[in-house]
Amino acid sequence: MDLIEIRFHGRGGQGAVIASRLLAEAAFIEGKDVQAFPFFGVERRGAPVTAFTKIDDRPIRIKSEIYEPDHVIVLDTALLGYIDVVQGLKPGGRVLINCPLERAAQYRARSKAPIDAVDGTGIAIGHGLGSRESPIVNTSMLGAFARSSGLVGIDAVAEAIRRQVRRKVEANIEAARDAHDRVDTMEG
Amino acid sequence: MRKVITGNHATAYGAKLSRPGVISAYPITPQTTIVEHIADFIADGELSCEFVKVESEHSAMAACISAQNTGARTFTATSAHGLALMHEMLMWAAAGRLPIVMVNVNRAMGPPWSIWADHLDSVAQRDTGWMQVYCEDNQEILDTTIMSFKVGESRDVLMPTMIAEDAFYLSHTVEPVDIPDQEDVDAFLPPYDPPFKLDVDDPKGFGSLVMPNNYMEFRYLMKLALDRARERIVEVDREFEEAFGRSHGGLVDLYRCEDAEYLIVAVGTTSSTVREVVDQLRSEGEKVGLARIRVFRPFPVDEVRAMVRGVKGVAVLDRVYSFGAFGPFYTELIAALYGQDERPVIKDYLVGIGGRDVRSKHIRDIYSNLKAVTRDGLDSETEWIDLNRPGGGA
Repeated sequence: MDLIEIRFHGRGGQGAVIASRLLAEAAFIEGKDVQAFPFFGVERRGAPVTAFTKIDDRPIRIKSEIYEPDHVIVLDTALLGYIDVVQGLKPGGRVLINCPLERAAQYRARSKAPIDAVDGTGIAIGHGLGSRESPIVNTSMLGAFARSSGLVGIDAVAEAIRRQVRRKVEANIEAARDAHDRVDTMEG
Repeated sequence: MRKVITGNHATAYGAKLSRPGVISAYPITPQTTIVEHIADFIADGELSCEFVKVESEHSAMAACISAQNTGARTFTATSAHGLALMHEMLMWAAAGRLPIVMVNVNRAMGPPWSIWADHLDSVAQRDTGWMQVYCEDNQEILDTTIMSFKVGESRDVLMPTMIAEDAFYLSHTVEPVDIPDQEDVDAFLPPYDPPFKLDVDDPKGFGSLVMPNNYMEFRYLMKLALDRARERIVEVDREFEEAFGRSHGGLVDLYRCEDAEYLIVAVGTTSSTVREVVDQLRSEGEKVGLARIRVFRPFPVDEVRAMVRGVKGVAVLDRVYSFGAFGPFYTELIAALYGQDERPVIKDYLVGIGGRDVRSKHIRDIYSNLKAVTRDGLDSETEWIDLNRPGGGA
Protein backbone atom coordinates (compact mmCIF):
# COMPACT_ATOMS: atom_id res chain seq x y z
CA MET A 1 0.00 0.00 0.00
CA ASP A 2 1.24 3.50 -0.85
CA LEU A 3 0.50 6.45 1.42
CA ILE A 4 -3.25 6.92 1.96
CA GLU A 5 -4.48 10.22 3.39
CA ILE A 6 -7.88 10.71 5.03
CA ARG A 7 -9.49 14.02 6.01
CA PHE A 8 -12.29 14.31 8.59
CA HIS A 9 -14.73 17.24 8.71
CA GLY A 10 -16.80 17.65 11.85
CA ARG A 11 -17.68 20.00 14.65
CA GLY A 12 -16.04 20.30 18.04
CA GLY A 13 -17.79 17.73 20.25
CA GLN A 14 -18.62 15.18 17.54
CA GLY A 15 -15.32 13.40 17.98
CA ALA A 16 -13.55 14.05 14.65
CA VAL A 17 -10.10 14.25 16.26
CA ILE A 18 -10.72 11.04 18.23
CA ALA A 19 -11.99 9.41 15.01
CA SER A 20 -8.74 10.30 13.23
CA ARG A 21 -6.77 8.71 16.09
CA LEU A 22 -8.97 5.61 16.25
CA LEU A 23 -8.49 5.08 12.52
CA ALA A 24 -4.72 5.39 12.97
CA GLU A 25 -4.86 2.91 15.86
CA ALA A 26 -6.90 0.44 13.78
CA ALA A 27 -4.44 0.61 10.88
CA PHE A 28 -1.53 0.30 13.36
CA ILE A 29 -3.15 -2.86 14.76
CA GLU A 30 -3.11 -4.21 11.20
CA GLY A 31 0.65 -3.54 10.95
CA LYS A 32 0.71 -0.19 9.16
CA ASP A 33 2.67 2.94 9.96
CA VAL A 34 0.31 5.75 10.89
CA GLN A 35 0.07 9.42 11.76
CA ALA A 36 -2.99 11.39 12.88
CA PHE A 37 -3.40 15.01 13.86
CA PRO A 38 -6.03 17.73 14.12
CA PHE A 39 -5.93 20.76 11.86
CA PHE A 40 -3.49 22.87 13.80
CA GLY A 41 -6.10 25.29 15.05
CA VAL A 42 -8.01 26.20 18.15
CA GLU A 43 -10.81 23.72 18.89
CA ARG A 44 -14.11 24.80 20.39
CA ARG A 45 -17.36 22.94 20.87
CA GLY A 46 -19.57 23.48 17.83
CA ALA A 47 -16.88 25.08 15.66
CA PRO A 48 -15.80 23.34 12.45
CA VAL A 49 -12.99 20.86 13.10
CA THR A 50 -10.72 19.18 10.56
CA ALA A 51 -8.58 16.17 11.40
CA PHE A 52 -6.26 13.97 9.38
CA THR A 53 -4.99 10.39 9.28
CA LYS A 54 -2.12 9.04 7.18
CA ILE A 55 -1.65 5.29 6.62
CA ASP A 56 1.25 3.60 4.82
CA ASP A 57 3.13 0.30 4.64
CA ARG A 58 6.38 2.31 4.74
CA PRO A 59 7.48 4.68 7.51
CA ILE A 60 5.62 8.00 7.15
CA ARG A 61 8.11 10.87 7.16
CA ILE A 62 6.39 13.79 5.48
CA LYS A 63 5.43 16.03 8.40
CA SER A 64 3.14 18.46 6.64
CA GLU A 65 -0.62 18.76 6.48
CA ILE A 66 -2.84 16.91 3.97
CA TYR A 67 -3.77 18.84 0.83
CA GLU A 68 -4.86 16.04 -1.52
CA PRO A 69 -6.77 13.42 0.50
CA ASP A 70 -7.68 10.00 -0.85
CA HIS A 71 -10.78 9.94 1.34
CA VAL A 72 -13.00 12.49 3.01
CA ILE A 73 -15.33 11.77 5.93
CA VAL A 74 -18.06 14.29 6.77
CA LEU A 75 -19.50 13.98 10.27
CA ASP A 76 -21.99 16.86 9.93
CA THR A 77 -23.92 17.62 6.73
CA ALA A 78 -24.49 21.24 7.81
CA LEU A 79 -20.80 21.81 7.04
CA LEU A 80 -21.46 21.03 3.37
CA GLY A 81 -23.19 24.39 3.01
CA TYR A 82 -20.05 26.42 3.56
CA ILE A 83 -17.00 24.16 3.53
CA ASP A 84 -15.68 22.71 0.29
CA VAL A 85 -15.17 19.23 1.70
CA VAL A 86 -13.95 17.77 -1.62
CA GLN A 87 -11.19 20.37 -2.01
CA GLY A 88 -8.04 18.65 -3.27
CA LEU A 89 -9.72 15.22 -3.30
CA LYS A 90 -7.59 12.90 -5.43
CA PRO A 91 -9.10 11.45 -8.63
CA GLY A 92 -10.77 8.21 -7.58
CA GLY A 93 -11.17 9.52 -4.03
CA ARG A 94 -14.31 8.75 -2.04
CA VAL A 95 -16.53 10.81 0.26
CA LEU A 96 -18.39 9.30 3.23
CA ILE A 97 -21.24 11.45 4.53
CA ASN A 98 -23.22 11.15 7.75
CA CYS A 99 -26.77 11.00 6.32
CA PRO A 100 -29.20 8.54 4.73
CA LEU A 101 -28.43 7.76 1.07
CA GLU A 102 -31.56 9.49 -0.26
CA ARG A 103 -30.40 12.76 1.31
CA ALA A 104 -26.84 12.26 0.08
CA ALA A 105 -28.06 12.52 -3.51
CA GLN A 106 -28.39 16.31 -3.25
CA TYR A 107 -24.64 16.62 -2.62
CA ARG A 108 -23.77 14.86 -5.85
CA ALA A 109 -23.89 18.09 -7.82
CA ARG A 110 -20.80 19.33 -6.01
CA SER A 111 -18.52 16.51 -6.92
CA LYS A 112 -18.24 13.58 -9.27
CA ALA A 113 -16.59 11.59 -6.49
CA PRO A 114 -18.33 8.42 -5.35
CA ILE A 115 -20.40 9.06 -2.24
CA ASP A 116 -20.95 6.62 0.57
CA ALA A 117 -23.66 7.39 3.07
CA VAL A 118 -24.66 6.14 6.49
CA ASP A 119 -27.08 7.46 9.08
CA GLY A 120 -24.35 7.85 11.70
CA THR A 121 -26.49 10.22 13.75
CA GLY A 122 -29.40 7.76 13.97
CA ILE A 123 -27.05 4.90 14.82
CA ALA A 124 -25.21 6.92 17.51
CA ILE A 125 -28.50 7.98 19.13
CA GLY A 126 -29.74 4.38 18.93
CA HIS A 127 -26.70 3.25 20.93
CA GLY A 128 -26.98 6.06 23.48
CA LEU A 129 -23.81 7.88 22.37
CA GLY A 130 -24.03 11.54 23.34
CA SER A 131 -27.46 13.15 23.51
CA ARG A 132 -30.24 13.39 20.93
CA GLU A 133 -29.28 17.05 20.42
CA SER A 134 -25.55 16.43 20.13
CA PRO A 135 -24.84 12.78 19.33
CA ILE A 136 -21.22 11.56 19.22
CA VAL A 137 -21.03 10.04 15.77
CA ASN A 138 -17.31 9.31 15.39
CA THR A 139 -17.33 5.56 16.08
CA SER A 140 -20.37 5.00 13.84
CA MET A 141 -18.70 6.87 10.99
CA LEU A 142 -15.49 4.91 11.50
CA GLY A 143 -17.35 1.59 11.32
CA ALA A 144 -18.97 2.72 8.07
CA PHE A 145 -15.61 3.89 6.73
CA ALA A 146 -14.02 0.51 7.40
CA ARG A 147 -16.61 -0.97 5.02
CA SER A 148 -16.75 1.79 2.38
CA SER A 149 -12.98 2.23 2.07
CA GLY A 150 -11.80 -1.31 2.73
CA LEU A 151 -8.73 0.26 4.36
CA VAL A 152 -9.14 -1.38 7.76
CA GLY A 153 -11.13 -4.30 9.09
CA ILE A 154 -14.06 -3.76 11.45
CA ASP A 155 -12.40 -6.01 14.03
CA ALA A 156 -9.37 -3.68 14.10
CA VAL A 157 -11.72 -0.73 14.54
CA ALA A 158 -13.38 -2.54 17.46
CA GLU A 159 -9.98 -3.25 19.03
CA ALA A 160 -8.92 0.38 18.53
CA ILE A 161 -12.06 1.53 20.37
CA ARG A 162 -11.31 -0.94 23.15
CA ARG A 163 -7.79 0.49 23.53
CA GLN A 164 -8.56 4.18 23.34
CA VAL A 165 -12.15 4.88 24.34
CA ARG A 166 -12.75 5.11 28.07
CA ARG A 167 -16.54 5.34 28.29
CA LYS A 168 -19.37 3.27 26.77
CA VAL A 169 -16.82 1.03 25.07
CA GLU A 170 -19.25 -1.74 24.10
CA ALA A 171 -21.89 0.74 22.85
CA ASN A 172 -19.29 2.40 20.65
CA ILE A 173 -18.17 -0.95 19.24
CA GLU A 174 -21.79 -1.95 18.58
CA ALA A 175 -22.43 1.39 16.83
CA ALA A 176 -19.35 0.87 14.65
CA ARG A 177 -20.47 -2.66 13.70
CA ASP A 178 -24.03 -1.46 13.08
CA ALA A 179 -22.83 1.34 10.78
CA HIS A 180 -20.45 -1.06 9.06
CA ASP A 181 -23.45 -3.17 8.04
CA ARG A 182 -25.63 -0.24 7.00
CA VAL A 183 -23.43 1.94 4.79
CA ASP A 184 -24.80 2.61 1.26
CA THR A 185 -22.81 3.52 -1.81
CA MET A 186 -23.59 5.77 -4.74
CA GLU A 187 -20.90 5.32 -7.40
CA GLY A 188 -19.63 8.35 -9.29
CA MET B 1 5.32 -1.94 24.13
CA ARG B 2 4.44 0.14 21.05
CA LYS B 3 1.61 2.64 21.39
CA VAL B 4 0.14 5.23 19.04
CA ILE B 5 0.56 8.46 21.01
CA THR B 6 1.17 12.19 20.67
CA GLY B 7 4.52 13.88 21.27
CA ASN B 8 3.13 15.32 24.49
CA HIS B 9 2.10 11.85 25.67
CA ALA B 10 5.57 10.55 24.72
CA THR B 11 7.04 13.41 26.77
CA ALA B 12 5.01 12.38 29.79
CA TYR B 13 6.14 8.75 29.37
CA GLY B 14 9.77 9.89 29.10
CA ALA B 15 9.42 11.86 32.31
CA LYS B 16 7.65 9.02 34.13
CA LEU B 17 10.23 6.41 33.11
CA SER B 18 13.03 8.67 34.38
CA ARG B 19 11.54 8.53 37.91
CA PRO B 20 11.72 12.24 38.82
CA GLY B 21 11.24 13.08 42.49
CA VAL B 22 9.59 16.44 41.78
CA ILE B 23 7.74 17.87 38.80
CA SER B 24 6.54 21.45 38.72
CA ALA B 25 4.87 22.94 35.67
CA TYR B 26 2.33 25.54 34.64
CA PRO B 27 0.00 24.75 31.71
CA ILE B 28 0.27 26.63 28.40
CA THR B 29 -0.94 25.71 24.92
CA PRO B 30 0.35 23.51 23.26
CA GLN B 31 2.19 22.03 26.25
CA THR B 32 -0.93 21.55 28.40
CA THR B 33 -1.53 17.86 27.67
CA ILE B 34 1.97 17.03 28.96
CA VAL B 35 0.88 18.29 32.38
CA GLU B 36 -2.46 16.48 32.05
CA HIS B 37 -0.83 13.14 31.18
CA ILE B 38 1.63 13.51 34.08
CA ALA B 39 -1.28 14.33 36.43
CA ASP B 40 -3.04 11.16 35.18
CA PHE B 41 0.06 9.05 35.84
CA ILE B 42 0.30 10.40 39.38
CA ALA B 43 -3.45 10.03 40.03
CA ASP B 44 -3.41 6.45 38.72
CA GLY B 45 -0.49 5.60 41.01
CA GLU B 46 1.80 4.86 38.05
CA LEU B 47 4.20 7.67 38.96
CA SER B 48 5.35 8.30 42.51
CA CYS B 49 6.48 11.90 42.48
CA GLU B 50 5.64 15.22 44.06
CA PHE B 51 3.83 17.55 41.65
CA VAL B 52 4.17 21.17 42.75
CA LYS B 53 1.35 23.40 41.49
CA VAL B 54 2.49 26.96 40.89
CA GLU B 55 1.10 30.26 39.64
CA SER B 56 3.58 30.87 36.82
CA GLU B 57 6.43 29.37 34.81
CA HIS B 58 8.93 31.53 36.69
CA SER B 59 7.76 29.80 39.87
CA ALA B 60 7.74 26.38 38.18
CA MET B 61 11.44 26.71 37.39
CA ALA B 62 12.11 28.16 40.85
CA ALA B 63 10.43 25.08 42.36
CA CYS B 64 12.54 22.77 40.18
CA ILE B 65 15.72 24.61 41.17
CA SER B 66 14.87 24.38 44.88
CA ALA B 67 13.94 20.72 44.70
CA GLN B 68 16.96 19.81 42.59
CA ASN B 69 19.16 21.62 45.13
CA THR B 70 17.95 19.18 47.80
CA GLY B 71 19.10 16.26 45.62
CA ALA B 72 15.82 15.46 43.84
CA ARG B 73 15.66 14.73 40.11
CA THR B 74 13.25 17.26 38.60
CA PHE B 75 11.36 17.74 35.35
CA THR B 76 9.22 20.47 33.83
CA ALA B 77 7.67 21.44 30.53
CA THR B 78 6.63 24.72 28.99
CA SER B 79 6.30 26.66 25.74
CA ALA B 80 6.90 30.09 24.20
CA HIS B 81 5.75 32.84 26.59
CA GLY B 82 6.07 30.43 29.50
CA LEU B 83 9.71 29.81 28.59
CA ALA B 84 10.30 33.55 28.20
CA LEU B 85 8.89 34.14 31.68
CA MET B 86 11.39 31.55 33.03
CA HIS B 87 14.35 33.35 31.51
CA GLU B 88 15.88 34.59 34.75
CA MET B 89 15.42 31.22 36.47
CA LEU B 90 17.02 29.38 33.52
CA MET B 91 20.28 31.15 34.33
CA TRP B 92 19.97 30.21 38.02
CA ALA B 93 19.45 26.55 37.06
CA ALA B 94 22.41 26.42 34.69
CA ALA B 95 24.89 28.37 36.80
CA GLY B 96 23.67 26.45 39.86
CA ARG B 97 24.85 23.34 37.95
CA LEU B 98 21.46 21.66 38.34
CA PRO B 99 20.78 19.02 35.65
CA ILE B 100 17.05 19.72 35.38
CA VAL B 101 15.37 18.38 32.23
CA MET B 102 12.68 20.46 30.55
CA VAL B 103 10.65 19.87 27.41
CA ASN B 104 9.81 23.08 25.57
CA VAL B 105 7.06 22.79 22.97
CA ASN B 106 8.37 25.16 20.30
CA ARG B 107 5.74 27.82 19.67
CA ALA B 108 5.87 31.25 18.07
CA MET B 109 6.10 34.34 20.28
CA GLY B 110 3.39 37.00 20.13
CA PRO B 111 2.33 39.46 19.05
CA PRO B 112 0.60 38.77 16.78
CA TRP B 113 -0.69 35.95 18.95
CA SER B 114 0.23 32.50 17.62
CA ILE B 115 0.29 29.00 19.04
CA TRP B 116 2.10 27.34 16.11
CA ALA B 117 5.59 25.91 15.57
CA ASP B 118 8.58 28.26 15.57
CA HIS B 119 12.04 28.10 17.14
CA LEU B 120 12.37 31.67 18.43
CA ASP B 121 11.27 30.75 21.96
CA SER B 122 14.08 28.25 22.59
CA VAL B 123 16.75 29.92 20.44
CA ALA B 124 16.21 33.14 22.43
CA GLN B 125 17.44 31.16 25.50
CA ARG B 126 20.64 30.17 23.70
CA ASP B 127 23.11 31.79 26.10
CA THR B 128 21.58 30.68 29.40
CA GLY B 129 23.90 27.65 29.61
CA TRP B 130 21.17 25.06 28.97
CA MET B 131 21.88 22.29 26.51
CA GLN B 132 19.34 22.25 23.68
CA VAL B 133 18.24 19.16 21.74
CA TYR B 134 15.76 19.47 18.84
CA CYS B 135 13.61 16.40 18.09
CA GLU B 136 12.35 15.01 14.80
CA ASP B 137 9.67 12.56 15.99
CA ASN B 138 7.78 11.42 19.08
CA GLN B 139 10.10 8.49 19.76
CA GLU B 140 13.04 10.84 19.92
CA ILE B 141 11.33 13.02 22.55
CA LEU B 142 10.74 10.07 24.87
CA ASP B 143 14.25 8.67 24.39
CA THR B 144 15.93 12.07 24.65
CA THR B 145 14.19 12.81 27.94
CA ILE B 146 15.75 9.69 29.46
CA MET B 147 19.15 10.33 27.83
CA SER B 148 19.22 13.99 28.93
CA PHE B 149 19.03 13.09 32.62
CA LYS B 150 22.00 10.78 32.11
CA VAL B 151 24.05 13.34 30.19
CA GLY B 152 23.21 16.23 32.52
CA GLU B 153 23.78 14.28 35.72
CA SER B 154 27.27 13.15 34.67
CA ARG B 155 29.66 14.43 37.33
CA ASP B 156 31.78 16.17 34.69
CA VAL B 157 28.74 17.91 33.12
CA LEU B 158 26.08 18.85 35.73
CA MET B 159 24.10 21.10 33.40
CA PRO B 160 20.38 21.28 32.53
CA THR B 161 18.82 20.25 29.21
CA MET B 162 16.01 21.78 27.19
CA ILE B 163 14.38 19.34 24.76
CA ALA B 164 12.67 21.11 21.87
CA GLU B 165 9.49 19.63 20.40
CA ASP B 166 7.71 21.35 17.48
CA ALA B 167 4.19 22.49 18.36
CA PHE B 168 1.43 20.38 16.80
CA TYR B 169 3.74 18.59 14.33
CA LEU B 170 4.82 16.56 17.37
CA SER B 171 2.85 17.78 20.38
CA HIS B 172 -0.58 16.91 18.95
CA THR B 173 0.31 14.31 16.31
CA VAL B 174 -0.01 10.59 17.10
CA GLU B 175 2.61 8.17 15.79
CA PRO B 176 3.70 4.69 16.90
CA VAL B 177 6.14 5.02 19.81
CA ASP B 178 8.03 2.24 21.58
CA ILE B 179 7.70 2.67 25.34
CA PRO B 180 10.64 0.98 27.07
CA ASP B 181 10.14 -1.22 30.13
CA GLN B 182 10.77 0.51 33.45
CA GLU B 183 13.38 -2.06 34.49
CA ASP B 184 15.39 -1.42 31.31
CA VAL B 185 15.28 2.34 31.91
CA ASP B 186 16.30 1.78 35.55
CA ALA B 187 19.30 -0.23 34.36
CA PHE B 188 20.25 2.55 31.92
CA LEU B 189 19.62 5.55 34.17
CA PRO B 190 20.87 5.19 37.76
CA PRO B 191 19.32 7.33 40.54
CA TYR B 192 20.46 10.96 40.71
CA ASP B 193 23.49 11.22 42.96
CA PRO B 194 24.64 14.86 43.10
CA PRO B 195 28.11 15.76 44.39
CA PHE B 196 26.61 18.57 46.48
CA LYS B 197 23.14 19.35 47.84
CA LEU B 198 21.30 21.18 50.60
CA ASP B 199 21.80 19.13 53.72
CA VAL B 200 21.17 20.33 57.30
CA ASP B 201 23.87 17.97 58.56
CA ASP B 202 26.41 19.30 56.11
CA PRO B 203 25.59 22.99 55.57
CA LYS B 204 26.80 24.77 52.43
CA GLY B 205 25.93 28.02 50.72
CA PHE B 206 24.66 28.22 47.14
CA GLY B 207 24.55 31.15 44.74
CA SER B 208 26.01 33.76 47.09
CA LEU B 209 27.98 36.86 46.09
CA VAL B 210 31.26 36.24 44.32
CA MET B 211 33.86 38.95 43.71
CA PRO B 212 35.37 39.58 40.27
CA ASN B 213 38.47 37.62 41.26
CA ASN B 214 36.36 34.41 41.28
CA TYR B 215 33.27 34.91 39.07
CA MET B 216 35.10 34.32 35.80
CA GLU B 217 36.26 30.89 36.96
CA PHE B 218 32.66 29.82 37.59
CA ARG B 219 31.87 30.72 33.98
CA TYR B 220 34.97 28.94 32.73
CA LEU B 221 33.86 25.78 34.54
CA MET B 222 30.52 26.01 32.72
CA LYS B 223 32.38 26.28 29.43
CA LEU B 224 34.34 23.13 30.28
CA ALA B 225 31.12 21.37 31.29
CA LEU B 226 29.42 22.00 27.95
CA ASP B 227 32.62 21.09 26.07
CA ARG B 228 32.57 17.77 27.92
CA ALA B 229 28.82 17.44 27.23
CA ARG B 230 29.61 17.32 23.50
CA GLU B 231 31.37 14.00 24.07
CA ARG B 232 28.92 12.82 26.70
CA ILE B 233 25.89 13.27 24.42
CA VAL B 234 27.51 11.02 21.81
CA GLU B 235 28.58 8.45 24.43
CA VAL B 236 25.11 8.30 25.99
CA ASP B 237 23.50 8.02 22.54
CA ARG B 238 25.71 4.95 21.92
CA GLU B 239 24.88 3.49 25.33
CA PHE B 240 21.21 4.04 24.60
CA GLU B 241 21.55 2.25 21.27
CA GLU B 242 23.21 -0.71 22.99
CA ALA B 243 20.42 -0.88 25.55
CA PHE B 244 17.39 -0.10 23.39
CA GLY B 245 18.47 -0.65 19.78
CA ARG B 246 17.91 2.95 18.62
CA SER B 247 20.23 5.88 18.03
CA HIS B 248 19.07 9.41 17.36
CA GLY B 249 22.33 10.58 15.84
CA GLY B 250 24.21 12.20 18.72
CA LEU B 251 25.02 15.83 17.86
CA VAL B 252 24.39 15.88 14.10
CA ASP B 253 22.22 13.25 12.46
CA LEU B 254 23.57 12.61 8.95
CA TYR B 255 21.38 10.95 6.31
CA ARG B 256 22.76 9.90 2.90
CA CYS B 257 25.63 12.38 3.17
CA GLU B 258 28.46 9.97 2.24
CA ASP B 259 29.19 11.21 -1.30
CA ALA B 260 26.89 14.24 -1.15
CA GLU B 261 27.75 17.35 -3.17
CA TYR B 262 24.87 19.25 -1.55
CA LEU B 263 23.61 19.25 2.03
CA ILE B 264 20.29 20.37 3.40
CA VAL B 265 20.72 21.37 7.03
CA ALA B 266 17.46 21.15 8.97
CA VAL B 267 16.23 21.25 12.57
CA GLY B 268 13.25 19.55 14.23
CA THR B 269 10.33 18.13 12.27
CA THR B 270 11.28 19.81 8.99
CA SER B 271 14.10 17.25 8.90
CA SER B 272 11.61 14.42 8.56
CA THR B 273 10.12 15.90 5.39
CA VAL B 274 13.64 16.65 4.08
CA ARG B 275 14.56 12.98 4.66
CA GLU B 276 11.75 11.91 2.32
CA VAL B 277 12.72 14.51 -0.30
CA VAL B 278 16.39 13.44 -0.12
CA ASP B 279 15.26 9.91 -1.01
CA GLN B 280 13.26 11.27 -3.97
CA LEU B 281 16.19 13.39 -5.19
CA ARG B 282 18.65 10.51 -4.74
CA SER B 283 16.42 8.29 -6.88
CA GLU B 284 16.64 11.01 -9.54
CA GLY B 285 20.44 10.82 -9.39
CA GLU B 286 21.04 13.91 -7.25
CA LYS B 287 23.92 13.77 -4.78
CA VAL B 288 22.22 15.33 -1.77
CA GLY B 289 21.99 14.50 1.91
CA LEU B 290 20.31 15.70 5.10
CA ALA B 291 22.37 17.02 8.01
CA ARG B 292 20.03 17.41 10.96
CA ILE B 293 21.44 19.67 13.67
CA ARG B 294 20.11 17.78 16.68
CA VAL B 295 22.01 19.61 19.38
CA PHE B 296 22.23 23.42 19.23
CA ARG B 297 24.03 23.82 22.59
CA PRO B 298 26.73 22.65 22.86
CA PHE B 299 27.13 23.47 19.16
CA PRO B 300 28.66 20.57 17.20
CA VAL B 301 31.58 22.53 15.76
CA ASP B 302 33.80 19.57 14.77
CA GLU B 303 30.91 17.60 13.28
CA VAL B 304 29.83 20.58 11.18
CA ARG B 305 33.40 21.06 9.91
CA ALA B 306 33.67 17.38 9.01
CA MET B 307 30.29 17.11 7.30
CA VAL B 308 30.97 19.80 4.68
CA ARG B 309 34.20 18.22 3.37
CA GLY B 310 33.78 17.67 -0.36
CA VAL B 311 30.41 19.46 -0.34
CA LYS B 312 29.74 22.21 -2.92
CA GLY B 313 26.58 23.81 -1.54
CA VAL B 314 24.71 23.90 1.77
CA ALA B 315 21.11 25.02 2.35
CA VAL B 316 20.32 25.89 5.96
CA LEU B 317 16.63 25.78 6.86
CA ASP B 318 15.98 28.16 9.76
CA ARG B 319 12.59 28.20 11.51
CA VAL B 320 13.63 31.36 13.36
CA TYR B 321 15.21 34.66 12.41
CA SER B 322 17.51 36.91 14.41
CA PHE B 323 16.26 40.37 13.49
CA GLY B 324 18.99 42.54 12.09
CA ALA B 325 21.17 39.53 11.31
CA PHE B 326 20.45 36.07 9.83
CA GLY B 327 18.84 32.80 10.84
CA PRO B 328 20.63 31.62 14.01
CA PHE B 329 21.48 28.12 12.77
CA TYR B 330 23.01 29.65 9.63
CA THR B 331 25.07 32.07 11.73
CA GLU B 332 26.40 29.24 13.90
CA LEU B 333 27.24 27.16 10.85
CA ILE B 334 29.21 29.84 9.04
CA ALA B 335 30.97 30.81 12.27
CA ALA B 336 32.14 27.20 12.69
CA LEU B 337 33.39 27.09 9.09
CA TYR B 338 35.18 30.43 8.90
CA GLY B 339 38.91 29.84 8.60
CA GLN B 340 38.48 26.32 7.26
CA ASP B 341 40.26 25.50 4.01
CA GLU B 342 37.12 24.13 2.44
CA ARG B 343 34.07 26.36 2.56
CA PRO B 344 31.05 25.46 0.44
CA VAL B 345 28.48 27.97 -0.79
CA ILE B 346 26.01 28.39 2.08
CA LYS B 347 22.58 29.98 1.87
CA ASP B 348 20.00 30.55 4.61
CA TYR B 349 16.35 29.73 3.87
CA LEU B 350 13.71 30.94 6.34
CA VAL B 351 10.91 28.38 6.51
CA GLY B 352 7.89 27.54 8.63
CA ILE B 353 7.96 30.68 10.77
CA GLY B 354 4.89 30.71 13.05
CA GLY B 355 3.80 27.26 11.90
CA ARG B 356 3.67 27.96 8.14
CA ASP B 357 3.53 24.45 6.70
CA VAL B 358 6.82 23.29 5.14
CA ARG B 359 5.97 20.97 2.26
CA SER B 360 8.01 18.68 0.03
CA LYS B 361 7.65 21.10 -2.86
CA HIS B 362 9.28 23.86 -0.80
CA ILE B 363 12.28 21.61 -0.07
CA ARG B 364 12.58 20.72 -3.76
CA ASP B 365 12.46 24.41 -4.73
CA ILE B 366 15.14 25.19 -2.15
CA TYR B 367 17.34 22.42 -3.53
CA SER B 368 16.98 23.77 -7.09
CA ASN B 369 17.84 27.24 -5.89
CA LEU B 370 20.85 25.96 -3.94
CA LYS B 371 22.23 24.27 -7.07
CA ALA B 372 21.73 27.46 -9.06
CA VAL B 373 23.47 29.74 -6.54
CA THR B 374 26.29 27.22 -6.12
CA ARG B 375 26.84 27.36 -9.86
CA ASP B 376 26.21 31.08 -10.47
CA GLY B 377 27.12 32.67 -7.13
CA LEU B 378 24.95 33.76 -4.19
CA ASP B 379 22.10 36.14 -4.99
CA SER B 380 21.54 36.89 -1.31
CA GLU B 381 22.53 35.31 2.01
CA THR B 382 18.96 34.75 3.14
CA GLU B 383 15.70 33.97 1.40
CA TRP B 384 12.24 33.78 2.97
CA ILE B 385 10.29 30.84 1.54
CA ASP B 386 6.54 30.79 0.78
CA LEU B 387 6.07 34.43 1.72
CA ASN B 388 2.71 36.00 0.85
CA ARG B 389 3.54 39.09 -1.16
CA PRO B 390 3.21 40.23 -4.75
CA GLY B 391 5.26 37.92 -6.91
CA GLY B 392 5.99 35.61 -3.95
CA GLY B 393 9.50 34.57 -2.93
CA ALA B 394 12.00 36.94 -1.39
